[in-house]
Amino acid sequence: MTRKQVTFSALLILIAILAFLPVVVKKDSTINLALLVLLYVSLASSWNILGGYSGQINLGHAAFFGAGTLVTRSLWLAGWNLFPSLLAGGLVAVALALLIGIPAFRLRGIYFAIGTLALAQILYITVGNTLPMISSLPAQSLATYELVPRYYLFLGLTILTTGTAYFLVNSRLGLGIMAIREEEDAAESLGVSALQHKLLALSVSAFFAGLTGGAFAYYHVGYYPQLPFAPEWTFDSMMMAYIGGAGTIIGPIIGAVFFVIVREFLVLKLAELHLIVFGVLFILVVLFLPGGLVGVWGTLQKALARRSRPKEIKLTPTRES
Amino acid sequence: MLEPLVQNLAFGLLVGALYGLAAVGLSLVFGVTKFLNVAHGELLMFGGYASFWIFTLLGIDPFLTLASTIVFLLVIGLVLYKLLFARMVKLTESVKIQNTLLVGFGLSLILQNLALRLWTADTRSITTFYSGSVFTLLGVRFPIVRVASLVIALVTLLALDMFLRRTYTGKALRATVENWEAATLMGIDIQRVYLLSFVLGAALAGVAGCLVSVGYSIDPVMGMNWTLKGLIVMVLGGLGSITGTFVGGLVLGVTESATGFFLSLTYREVVGLVLFVLILVFRPQGLFGTKEG
Repeated sequence: MTRKQVTFSALLILIAILAFLPVVVKKDSTINLALLVLLYVSLASSWNILGGYSGQINLGHAAFFGAGTLVTRSLWLAGWNLFPSLLAGGLVAVALALLIGIPAFRLRGIYFAIGTLALAQILYITVGNTLPMISSLPAQSLATYELVPRYYLFLGLTILTTGTAYFLVNSRLGLGIMAIREEEDAAESLGVSALQHKLLALSVSAFFAGLTGGAFAYYHVGYYPQLPFAPEWTFDSMMMAYIGGAGTIIGPIIGAVFFVIVREFLVLKLAELHLIVFGVLFILVVLFLPGGLVGVWGTLQKALARRSRPKEIKLTPTRES
Repeated sequence: MLEPLVQNLAFGLLVGALYGLAAVGLSLVFGVTKFLNVAHGELLMFGGYASFWIFTLLGIDPFLTLASTIVFLLVIGLVLYKLLFARMVKLTESVKIQNTLLVGFGLSLILQNLALRLWTADTRSITTFYSGSVFTLLGVRFPIVRVASLVIALVTLLALDMFLRRTYTGKALRATVENWEAATLMGIDIQRVYLLSFVLGAALAGVAGCLVSVGYSIDPVMGMNWTLKGLIVMVLGGLGSITGTFVGGLVLGVTESATGFFLSLTYREVVGLVLFVLILVFRPQGLFGTKEG
């Protein structure tokens, strides 16, 4: 089997395990934890489409996630079917993203990062002010509430998000997006429009963040409408993507699993300390391991392969800077 | 109607001076080093706590604690620079902005949670025997401590301006802002200039933090809010000019209090952000900046 086939089979096995999880495990808390991991995988992967592949740091992902929850929850509770409500949530998130992306991407440097942060904070504060009451499911839906369909929704969504990310980055458009990350001027001189590619990556990223938010709205029994707009959603997904390995498909997945497990473990022991641990880890990754955990694995693999194989002379192109 | 409005605007002006001070530190560091240190608000918070504890434990007047707080922040700045930021000096500009932003973000998470553990989530402020004193001018009340803070902010900025204009080192800093490559060719030690501007930025955050703890209040999670205000003001004033940035701070302060007065207090915090988005769309070079690449 080739490497690609191995990866593909492993992936299928993983999906099968996840699909059968609710059949085997009957404990709600376990399914809940798995659902949470899927939520974070989806959110971190969606952040990674823009942040990891195009190199634009989005500090307001919570705005798109939150917009998804707000729109989907309102429409769904108003009697819409679930899937149109989800779609609407995703589209509103895209509209918001374009609102900030179009002016911010015309400029380089710090404007996009601050602009997205400002957008998220505007919504966070405004939603807190205008919708101060907790949003609970009506008694009727509560009586028929089941966790397992929610779990499958998140599973499907996660597959959709990572799958889309995979096909996007392996397409011509994806190459353009990565070219801009590497060297914007060079990419532009080859006819790759930086603005268009950044906006595309941003829209896809925001769309899936919105869908994830919608799924959250469908899943959560009762929360303050402000909660999904909180900056933690942005920062957590950013850290997961980086710690796992930004700019790779599997990075955010590993990052999310790692993040949730470590958090569950540390929260029991040390209250808020997990944030200090993640902060340190995050800085270490940015400074010393730009590939994240995936990168460490790759380096190890290469080191092992080098030991087992006879030395070969390799010519690598050098790049003048 | 008019008197409360004027009163409101006066308060806005007073708090705006602190926004300006916070933003000048951020802007100085960004201008010279192209480091976007989003942990600036947390440095400010640490400055506030330094003054608070010196005042509480030793009973020293908060305005006198300024000296020790500045020293404390200089040391923190030095440590952070040597430990983290010095490693990013040689990156290209866009990567540098991105990585310092990420490191600064991780740092703010660490500092914020450290403060939470060390000093609990309580909101604190320095209350002296003269904290409640006000003087009235043309029917407008001015709290003494806030006016004193305004004066100190102005003196600090004047001193900084003098330093940048008159001294050799200051000129080296400005030369680096203009063109770091040419500055290097003229024999300016870039590493030292970077270090200097970074610790100066930290010290300015310390001054601002001290003043905030005297006139207003501090808590462990205040950092992000102040960083955001600093960033908004920095863009509002147009990158690069101290006066522009300070005036930008005043503009933000007055806009906020006017919003609180005419609309509702709950939208005070939003208006600055909206202002930022508008600037982004219509006048990216800032209110007082000139067009450049």
